[in-house]
Amino acid sequence: MNLSYAEVSFDERMATAEFRVGQRAHITVDADACRSCTTKDCVHACPAGLFVPTSDGGILFNYEQCFECGTCYQVCDKQGAITWTYPDGGDGVVFRRG
Amino acid sequence: MPGESVNVDAVVVGAGPAGSAAALALARAGRDVILVERGPFPGAKNVYGGVVYGRILDEVVPRWWTEVPVQRWVTRRSTMFMTPTQALTVDYRTSAWGDPPYNGMTTYRADFDSWLADKAVAAGASLVTSTVATGLLWDASGRIAGVRTDRPGGDIRARIVIACDGVNSFLAKEAGLLPRTSPAHTALGVKETLALPREVIDERFGLVGDQGLDIEMVGCTSGIPGGGFLYTNRDTVSVGVVVSLEGLAEAKIRPEEIVAGVKAHPSIAPYLRGAELKEYSAHLVPEGGYRAMPRLAVDGMLVAGDAASMLLAAALWLEGVNFAIGAGLAAGRTAAEAIAVGDTTARGLAGYRRQLESCFVLADLKRLRNAANVVLADRMQRDYPRLACDFAEQVFTVTNPHPKLGMAKEFFRAVRRNDVQLRHLARDGWQALRAFR
Repeated sequence: MNLSYAEVSFDERMATAEFRVGQRAHITVDADACRSCTTKDCVHACPAGLFVPTSDGGILFNYEQCFECGTCYQVCDKQGAITWTYPDGGDGVVFRRG
Repeated sequence: MPGESVNVDAVVVGAGPAGSAAALALARAGRDVILVERGPFPGAKNVYGGVVYGRILDEVVPRWWTEVPVQRWVTRRSTMFMTPTQALTVDYRTSAWGDPPYNGMTTYRADFDSWLADKAVAAGASLVTSTVATGLLWDASGRIAGVRTDRPGGDIRARIVIACDGVNSFLAKEAGLLPRTSPAHTALGVKETLALPREVIDERFGLVGDQGLDIEMVGCTSGIPGGGFLYTNRDTVSVGVVVSLEGLAEAKIRPEEIVAGVKAHPSIAPYLRGAELKEYSAHLVPEGGYRAMPRLAVDGMLVAGDAASMLLAAALWLEGVNFAIGAGLAAGRTAAEAIAVGDTTARGLAGYRRQLESCFVLADLKRLRNAANVVLADRMQRDYPRLACDFAEQVFTVTNPHPKLGMAKEFFRAVRRNDVQLRHLARDGWQALRAFR
């Protein structure tokens, strides 16, 4: 199967990387802080697209397909709204061709 | 052994190139060293942007090129100045870089970082994978005395900690050396690795055997300060962009869309036709360089590699892995000496900075400390690639029956047409000369 960029859905794109999903969420988001955030830079900037705005102005996130790059907390305007740590040892993304 | 802790001379956090080099230097000096890696194997968390320059490896393994897990030896490097429809390319190739002792190579970090860590292990270091250093241990006098890990009873007490824990370095942050966030000095790299048959890569890029190509691109990042890259592996091609975090947040463009734009560019798309996506990856890049560098030594701890912003992002030169190895070796040697004389205070570790200043690590970073600002400025990113492409197009367009205008006239017309001010061009040119002198 030949996948060129035009044919690859975002889900297929994310499925090319290996994720050893841990039990513990290594990202936490303070929904109250997000509701007062007007920029929501995490939504656009996260390369894994883990942050999704909700209709009530909050943020829905998942930690399972995280590249562990740190973009989300670096661009976050609201001090402390995103708490980001590394996943537990051995968990998380495994790049083979990084 | 729950509740107990391990005592060693040194603990190195992160088995990337900096950490493995540090552990190697310590082990060769006969010191007891644990190398902690949070991934299941070294390199599992790492991504790079194209070329590992191997000269520093001469200090690690004689004739390293006979055993390093190389993909291709870079014998051709191109710099492209682009607009959405045009590209002006400076292309250099030499077969000399395809022969020992070589210059640069492409590789997969899972392979390369594991290889380097194996060297440290062979020298006597203990590699502990799948283990996160969750924080520093402090002694009663407020001095760093080791690291806590996420293993039960996993405290590692050490006379010195070497933090090689990467761009997000939580250890350097805990020690008060780095701010919690620094988006102004950080860029996001996103990359796609795409499969193509080896002979197709050879043919499309004009390569033979294990020769490789590295392309750097300016003007292809949707107006966001940064650049693009493309490099060849044996049977894959890696293509991606590195963009400023602040610019990315402001532009509200998805990172994978910027990569898609590069791949769709008329000068890139034919190279990638029919290629199959094998891996999508992302990583932060510390681009602050010399100016953003933290203190490198405190009582009981040294910092090396991305954790200390030791990455050269200076347009012509994009180097990181070699800087990490150079810094790691210096950190390991300094630590071994400090342990030997029994002084691992900041004063006892001051030789680290001196060693870095006397070799390429701090010498290059200091010399080129203004280069990133020059390269990432708006005019350099947007106006000048357009001007260069437009000028080239006019020079090479034959306008018969009108006679040629002449280079100077064409140039000034291109300057006017692209709304470039000559005084800006002169000032930017002067600053570029100074920054790269």
